[in-house]
Amino acid sequence: MIELRGVSAGYEPGRPVLAGVDLEVRPGELVALVGANGAGKSTLLKVIVGILHPMAGTARVFGEPAGVSRRVAYLPQAEQLRWDFPLVVEDVVLMGRLAKLPRGRAIGASDRSMARDALERVDAVDLARRPIAALSGGQKQRVLLARALVSEAELFLLDEPATGVDPATEEQLMSLLEGLSQGGRTILVSTHDLAGVIAHFPRVIAMNGGIVADGDPSILRDAEILRRTYGGHRSASPDLVADEHHA
Amino acid sequence: MPDLLEPLQFAFMQRALAGSILVGIVCAVVGVLVVLRGLAFLGDAVAHAAFPRIVIAFLLKANLVVGGMIPAVFAAVAMGLLSRRGTIREDTAIGVVFAGMFALGIVLFSGIRQYTGDLLSVLLGNVLAITPEHLALGLVTSALILGFLWLWWRELIFVSFDSVGAQASGLNTARYDIALLAIIGLTVAVAVQLVGIVLVVAMLVTPAATARLLARDMRGFVALAVGVALIASVAGIWLSYFVNAASGGTIVLVATAEFVVAWAITQVRRA
Repeated sequence: MIELRGVSAGYEPGRPVLAGVDLEVRPGELVALVGANGAGKSTLLKVIVGILHPMAGTARVFGEPAGVSRRVAYLPQAEQLRWDFPLVVEDVVLMGRLAKLPRGRAIGASDRSMARDALERVDAVDLARRPIAALSGGQKQRVLLARALVSEAELFLLDEPATGVDPATEEQLMSLLEGLSQGGRTILVSTHDLAGVIAHFPRVIAMNGGIVADGDPSILRDAEILRRTYGGHRSASPDLVADEHHA
Repeated sequence: MPDLLEPLQFAFMQRALAGSILVGIVCAVVGVLVVLRGLAFLGDAVAHAAFPRIVIAFLLKANLVVGGMIPAVFAAVAMGLLSRRGTIREDTAIGVVFAGMFALGIVLFSGIRQYTGDLLSVLLGNVLAITPEHLALGLVTSALILGFLWLWWRELIFVSFDSVGAQASGLNTARYDIALLAIIGLTVAVAVQLVGIVLVVAMLVTPAATARLLARDMRGFVALAVGVALIASVAGIWLSYFVNAASGGTIVLVATAEFVVAWAITQVRRA
């Protein structure tokens, strides 16, 4: 589904944020990307979605060059969106239908029905007419997930969805992602929450300018991997990781 | 008690009223996107950037509205593209182009040795001088603008709300951004005839800014902006007739008064 070969990428010529990335992700996988700020997690997601072109290497998604497939949904960090707009939740969810509509066809009853179904799936149907400016951090993530669902995406890329969300809401969000993954969706999530990763993600990719390690969550208990990923700023103890999470 | 229907006895007043309503509606709807995207400065700059071309059109005896329309669209798209390249900030690009173009217009204007009444009406606006041809051209252009917005409104809002998400979903965000800039350019060119270059930004921004204070959803936002613009246009025309004041300035003053009332309402609600 995702196939990256020797990918380098960045925002200024000659200064890659990521270098030499080889990655394969199979359908239905639930994958966490972890690493310090600036490690290249968001950059990797942008390469996969096709809004950032690799400086070197190739990136293919669903067998096509990245950016071609419309079966991909990207959920940016929430603060990048204009939540002050006078929109209600249903308006935002219906945005997921726009690229799917045949030319000249407007949003119709079937699209609205899909939006309602998607909101039900993320347990947010009661928010449909609520102004988006009044949503909490967790509710915003649910709305964006519902937007991804109505776009009929099969690959979900989430950039730090748990930022600014309380632990209980984050736990609900992770359970929701697990459910979507079990339903056949492929999901990549960048996150700083190592305890949440250990609890919910079967596959973890540790990053620091490239891929440091790729495996099951046990890699986060390896002191050497954590040192190479965070430069010695993280403890290898899972108990301490859990403590950090709930601090 | 003045006869309120008295102004409508005159054909030029009928055209003035029709023109101001037309421009009010178009500016209000486009203004919603201008206010949401924070493009008020761009609208002002586009109006000023059209000045030298209007002077040239005057010297060549070409149509002043059409003379301003093409450069207005060109200037809007050029300023947008310049800032999209990322080498300079958007407000800086706008400031440089806007000041440079307007200065060129002033230099050309100062060299004219003949009667410049028509040209002054483009600078300061003269709704009473609207001709049937102006009205017809404005009607066609307004229909095109509103038709485009009706067809692609949701896409323009999506691109404005979440540009990266819209691009990832498959929408060509650059194409929508450029189309919006062209629409702003066209709207400015149409509105210049009513209120003039100097005040056109008020028609574009004030009704939408007033509606933004009170609206709770997008439908209400657009409806309120149109309502505010209609009140300003009609009341402005009437007031200017009875107090013998400049029509463009009166329309903008009424719109400004509406903004002040809306702002006061929000303050009372908060208290």
